[in-house]
Order: sequence, then structure tokens, then C-alpha cells
Amino acid sequence: MSETSTAAQPSPPAEPTPREPRDRGGLLAYLIGHQSGVVIVVALVISLLVGAALIRYQGVNPAYAYETLLREALVTDGALTRTLQKTAPLVLTGLAVVLPLRVGLFNIGGQGQLVTGAVIGAWVAYVAGGLGFVGALLGMVVGVALGAVVGWVVGVLKAYRGVHEVISTIMLNYIIAGISFWLAVGPLAAAGNSGIAQTELIPEAARLDAVAGVPVAFVIAALLAVVCWWVLSRTTLGFRFNTVGANRGAARYAGIPLNRIVILAMAAGGGLAGLAGALEAEGTLHRFQPAIAGSLGFDGITIALLARANPLATLPAALLVGILRTGAAGLQFSTGIAPEIVDLLLAIILLMVSIPVLGTWLFRSRAAKVSVASTSWGS
Amino acid sequence: MGTWVQKNRTTVVLAVVVVVAAYVFYYAKNDIAPSMFGAAWDYAIPLVLAALVGVIGERSGVVNIGIEGQMLLAAFAGFFSAAATGSMVVGILAGIGTGLLAGGFLAWTTVRWRMDQIIAGVVLNIIATGITSFYLKSGEILPGVIPNLRVPLLADIPLLGEVFFSGRSWIASVAIVAAIGVHLMLFHTRWGLRTRAVGEYPSAADTAGINVERLRMINVTVAGSLAGLAGVYLSMDASSSFERDMTAGRGFLALAIMIMGAWRPLRAMAMAVFFGFVNAVASQLQQTGGFSVPPQLTGTLPYVAVLVVLAVAAGRVRPPGAVGQPYVKKDQ
Repeated sequence: MSETSTAAQPSPPAEPTPREPRDRGGLLAYLIGHQSGVVIVVALVISLLVGAALIRYQGVNPAYAYETLLREALVTDGALTRTLQKTAPLVLTGLAVVLPLRVGLFNIGGQGQLVTGAVIGAWVAYVAGGLGFVGALLGMVVGVALGAVVGWVVGVLKAYRGVHEVISTIMLNYIIAGISFWLAVGPLAAAGNSGIAQTELIPEAARLDAVAGVPVAFVIAALLAVVCWWVLSRTTLGFRFNTVGANRGAARYAGIPLNRIVILAMAAGGGLAGLAGALEAEGTLHRFQPAIAGSLGFDGITIALLARANPLATLPAALLVGILRTGAAGLQFSTGIAPEIVDLLLAIILLMVSIPVLGTWLFRSRAAKVSVASTSWGS
Repeated sequence: MGTWVQKNRTTVVLAVVVVVAAYVFYYAKNDIAPSMFGAAWDYAIPLVLAALVGVIGERSGVVNIGIEGQMLLAAFAGFFSAAATGSMVVGILAGIGTGLLAGGFLAWTTVRWRMDQIIAGVVLNIIATGITSFYLKSGEILPGVIPNLRVPLLADIPLLGEVFFSGRSWIASVAIVAAIGVHLMLFHTRWGLRTRAVGEYPSAADTAGINVERLRMINVTVAGSLAGLAGVYLSMDASSSFERDMTAGRGFLALAIMIMGAWRPLRAMAMAVFFGFVNAVASQLQQTGGFSVPPQLTGTLPYVAVLVVLAVAAGRVRPPGAVGQPYVKKDQ
């Protein structure tokens, strides 16, 4: 196994000529290689053990805590529906990181793009609420469009002005947080309850609720995960994405329009996150409130790295995060552990899945020494 | 001296214009100008320290996206150890030590393990958010304040002395000294030459007998102490409480400032003060209410300014050649 990986990963260039982007061909191979599956499982087990130690330190029996968490997320009445509802936007914010990551861009602006989609989606669904499901659909479409605009701005800044996407997306997160809060207390504020930052309630007909226990939002998210997988692995566009991500120089020689691919990847990521926001607004609170975003956008980063940038793998990864997030509330109720334990657990999981040392230790191979995924700072 | 002025004509002219404008504003609008300049510098202090962390890291070839997390962890550790032990000194040392540890983490993952530098930094940020939001306790108070420092003579200069050399804690002075110190060290010492060589062309530096990995490890780790001090400033000096995500993107602002300052410490400090001033204008707009701009929107002004300035400037400055790339020796 390590033999093939080493073959796919030519020994790193000893003299990286400064202005040339280095060859990342082996990384994508490693990323998708089945070797990483084992690493992920081991990483998860270690993380949960570390989490157990931390829970023990809080004076709670870890087995009981994990059992409560699972029961509250999966077994109790309506819990599974809630968990799937929570999972839906997580799948999408995960995909919002995965797509740009394939091109070598690190989209950490899922939060802002999601908030954009949430505030606009909630408002459009409210205005067009009389149209029933069409209203909900309109909300989603507009959410996708504006999320994509945010991503497009980042892509253009990156492609034509050389502004690094990590900085621009973070700045946009704060800018959008400000604008959306202003919208929710100002122009789009719900009438009657002045002071509370929220938009009008979406009419019953234009809400996205669960059908037979399965949230519509989850179905949409799962379908999109499959679509993303299909595009990335079965179409010319996906091939272009992967080529640009693997070797920018080769992509340029092959005549792939680099700038357009960069902008497209960011816009697609933004659109997916925007859809996540619209679904969250239409499916849970049925309105926009600034707190609706929670940490859905940032969880997308963890999910994408946990899924090793594989669109299909975002489903189980998002489900795991969804279970943790949904179960956390019940955990606090019965054990008194603050729900922020999930932030800590996810951080440990993220650390474990992203440090390359685990792969080295498990397989003693040189290929595993390379990290999970690769982004580009200089170029 | 003559050649120096000729070489830096634009900078000199710009600096003179800015200083003159500042003094004109200071004497013309004496009611609001002093407080605005003060607020600008208050906002700039952690940005100066954090931008220096970025400068040292990138000059040695390591991107530090984790400054935000380093500051947050240090702010957390400093505040709560001071509250627990009842000693400000312990708190400050704990904060700086935490910054060093976080810097060491980043150095180890990116240099030793050759993990992708951007991802390593983001992981550090998320870990910092996770730890600080779970172990956060409310109701803790600081046992004291960090004493103010008045620099003799310099403090008597109108405006400059008032803002930079008096009425602020010694962390403010350390920020100035650190910026000048890093500049001198980077451009006038052997360490600086080696650091820049390692960041520009590591294989050449390696050929000249410099231990690339070790120098990068040391630089990134030690720079963490400055991020630690910035965190201490946030939770123990600028405010006396620790709040969730209190760094509010300052680590990323600092990176933007580093780019706009063209990876030079003194220019970065100037840019930090500029952004402090943008922020002061924003809060002034909120207070006077002369414009009907809602406060939620004026609060985003520094972030908008970063995007606009970066969009104009980012293509014009050149980053260190080997930044973001792990160095792999040929025979390994």
C-alpha cells in the first residue's frame, strides 16, 4: 500500500524554485487514497478517548455522557429528525470547503456565506410565502445566488488582485455579520417586537419541515453531496478543478483558464453555504436571527478535513458533527456539562485528523508524512 | 543620509504629510482629536504585536494563520491565571508562556511535520476557540491593573508624547520597542540576514550552512511570545475580562497589516496605527451621530478598509519567496 503511495508521490523537489508552485500531484492521490480511511477511524477513536478523559475530569462518567449524547441525538422522540435537520446545513458547509479545497483554496468564509443565505432566504421566503413551496424554493435560489456572489467576490479578489482567500473570507465574515445584524434590527426587522434582532416569521406553507421524519433540507443536502461527487469525479469541470489543485503549472500548460476555475470554485462554495443558510432559516427557526448561524460555517472546515475533501464522505462527517451538536443540549440537561464540550471535541478531532504524524505512525510510510490537504499561500 | 532620503523619498514625503495632517487635526479639533488618536493607538497596540509575529514567521518562510488562536489562548491563560493566583505578574507570564507554547505547536506541525501551513494555523485557531469556550468561567476578576508607563522627556512632546509615551501601560511601549527592535534585527544583524535567506531561498541558505528547520522552529516559537503579549493586552489591559472570541479577527487583521506593510516591521506598525485610526473614526461616527449610519455598519469599517486596501495593495508587494513551503533537504 505504501509502495503505490510513494509512486504517486514523487520525492519532493529538493530545490523548490521560489516562484514556481510546487507539485502537489501526490497529495490528491493521498487525499483520496483508501489509506486515509483507517487513519480517520483511529483519529476518531483517539479523539473520543481524549474527550472521555476530559469528561471524567469534569466529574462525570464518560460512558454515561457519551450514551446520553447518543440517546439525545438518535433515540428519543423526534431526535433523529432534529439531528438530520442539523446535519443538512453541515453537509453543505462541508461541501463549501471541499470544492474550493480541490482547487487549492481554503474557504474559511462559510460562516459569512451561510449568514448571507439565511437572512436573504428567510426574507424572500417570507415575502413570497403566499406561493407555498415555490416561495421556499425562491428563498433557496436567492440564498444560493447571494452566497455565490460573496464567494465570487473572494474569487475575483484572489484571481485578479492576489488577495489571499483566508484573509478576505474572514474579513467578509465580520462584514456580513454586521450587515445581517443591521438588516435584522433595521430594514427587515419583524414588526411589533422592537429591539429583538429577527426577521418576520415565514408563513406555514413556505417552511421546509420534515416529511415522514426526514427533513426536506437533509434530502436536498444529500443529493447535492452526490452531485458534487459526480461533478468532481466524472466531468471535465471536476477534472479541471482537480488539475488546478494538483498542479497549477500543468493546468496552465493544458490551457485550463486558472482564474475562471478559481472564481468558479469560490462562487460554488459560497452558493452551497448560502443554501445551507436558507435551509437553516426555512427549516428550523422559520426566520432569521443572528444566532441562527451558530458555528455551522466553521464546523464545515472540520467536516471537510474529516472527509479528506471527498464530497461523499462529508455525509458521515456531517452526521457525526450533527449528532454531537444535537446531543449536546441533552447532555447539559442531564449531566451539567456545558454544550461547548462539542467545540472542544471537534477541535481534538480536527487536530487528530489533520496532523500527518498519525499516518506516519500507523503505516511507517513516507507518503503519509504529507499532510491532509494542501492550500496555496504564495501563488 | 542623503542617499537614504533619496531611496525612501515616497515614504519620507508620506510620513511628513501624515504627521503634519495629524498635528493640524490635533490643534484644529482639540475637542475630539486627542481621544481619537488615543483610541487609534489603543486599537493598534495588539495589531502591532500580532503583525510582528506574522512578519517574523513569513520572513522565515512560515505562514502564521494561527496568530488569532495564539492571542486568544494567551488572553485566556493570562486572565484566568491572574484571577486564580491573585498575581498580575503570574498572569502576564502565563499569557506569554502560552503564546510561546502555541507558537511552538505551529512550528512543530509546520516545520517538523511539514503539515500544510494554512491548515495548521486554522486548526490552531479552532483548538483555541474550543478550549477557551469550554473552560470559560464567568464572574472572575483581575487582582489589579498593569501599571502605566510614562517615558521621561518623550512624554512631553505634544500629541506624540500624549499618545505614544504616556497614559498607557508598558505593553504599549514594548510594542514600539519590539517593532523597532525587529526592524533592526531583521535588517542589521546576522540573525536577520539568515532569517531572510531562509524565507527567500532556503536551499541557498542550507548550502551556506544554515540549519533551515532549526531557524524556522526557533523564529516561529519565539514570535509566539509577542502574540502572547498581544493576548495579555486584550484581556488584562485594554479590558479586564475575558470574553468568548474576544480577539474578533485581530489576528487576521494583523496578517493583512503585515501584507500592506510589505513584510517590514516599521511599515506594519504605521499601517496598524492607520487601521486604529479607521476604527477610531468609525466609533466617532457612532458617538456624534452626525451621519445616519447605523452602528452595526460603522463597526464593519475596519474590515471593509482591509479588503479595499488589500485589493489595491496586495498585487504591488512581494512576499518572501519561500513562504508557505516546507523545506525538504535533497538527501532526505
